[in-house]
Amino acid sequence: MTPETLAALQRARAEKRPMVLATRLADGAQRLLPDPAAPAALAEAAAAALAADESRTVEIDGTAWFLHAHNPPLRLVVVGAVHIAQALVPMAAAMGLGVIVVDPRRAFASEARFPNVVISHDWPDEALDALAPDVRTAVVTLTHDPKLDDPALDRALKSPAFYIGALGSKKTHAARLKRLRALGHDDAAMARIRGPVGLAIEAVTAPEIALSILAEIVAVRRGAALAQKLAA
Amino acid sequence: MSETAHAFAEAEDVLSQAAAWRAAGEKVALATVTETWGSSPRPAGSRLAVTASGHMAGSVSGGCIEGAVAEAAMETLRTGVPKLLDFGVTHERAWEVGLACGGKVKVFVEALA
Repeated sequence: MTPETLAALQRARAEKRPMVLATRLADGAQRLLPDPAAPAALAEAAAAALAADESRTVEIDGTAWFLHAHNPPLRLVVVGAVHIAQALVPMAAAMGLGVIVVDPRRAFASEARFPNVVISHDWPDEALDALAPDVRTAVVTLTHDPKLDDPALDRALKSPAFYIGALGSKKTHAARLKRLRALGHDDAAMARIRGPVGLAIEAVTAPEIALSILAEIVAVRRGAALAQKLAA
Repeated sequence: MSETAHAFAEAEDVLSQAAAWRAAGEKVALATVTETWGSSPRPAGSRLAVTASGHMAGSVSGGCIEGAVAEAAMETLRTGVPKLLDFGVTHERAWEVGLACGGKVKVFVEALA
């Protein structure tokens, strides 16, 4: 690998651009994609590797290439700078998620409570509009306050976010679904919300609940059988 | 949030470390898992950086082939020639390096130069 290639990979990472490092295994020749000058077959295979978020060896015209997918980190949008968020945020960061905390209540969403985290004091609907959740984004609402949770969930449901979770008991969740239905969301859309949030591990403490949420995000991300149960 | 923490795509931390070592004047080789079969512990794309002075960052296995990969990396640093290593299942013979877990991996070794 040349220093120039390494620098380009690091730049792409800093700018959160997806990139593939393609290595011709026979001689170690390398090129970066996307690249308008790349042969179509290689460009297509590289795009597929990024979409699947999977590095793989492929054969193109009898030549073996290793396609190393470098995707930007998954994002986690945490709505509600509450106590559970204080446990969730550092654990999520340690897992490599890019975390954004959203809470217009400055006393909660303070730098003292959330050091070294991106914080948005916008209202959750505006914050989510600005963040534009994509297929590599998870959204979790933790406020227990419909004024804050509902607009966030409304926007999350209108996005392709791969994970949407909402803290609250079954009763709270049922009431929440009623309100979201009034906003025009149908059953199929609302089935995307994981509520009560997290894998059922009988979590009690804030870190335990954070663990159950992160475990569920991993389960959904990796297509684990465990992730199926809440869809029912 | 730590900007360096980067699971789900942790291989990139290894690149940062490799870049830092190179900037400090070290000779650095990179090893990357390119293919796996069976129950190999690390997925394709997992990286290990090795310096001529013996520092290591990242991993290409649970630890079972790191030594052999590091040796190959040293040779690549000497010759400048990249190579594709093939590791299979461990056999009873002590001189064979392999994966005790029963998996197989291919590892590409190159110099950062």
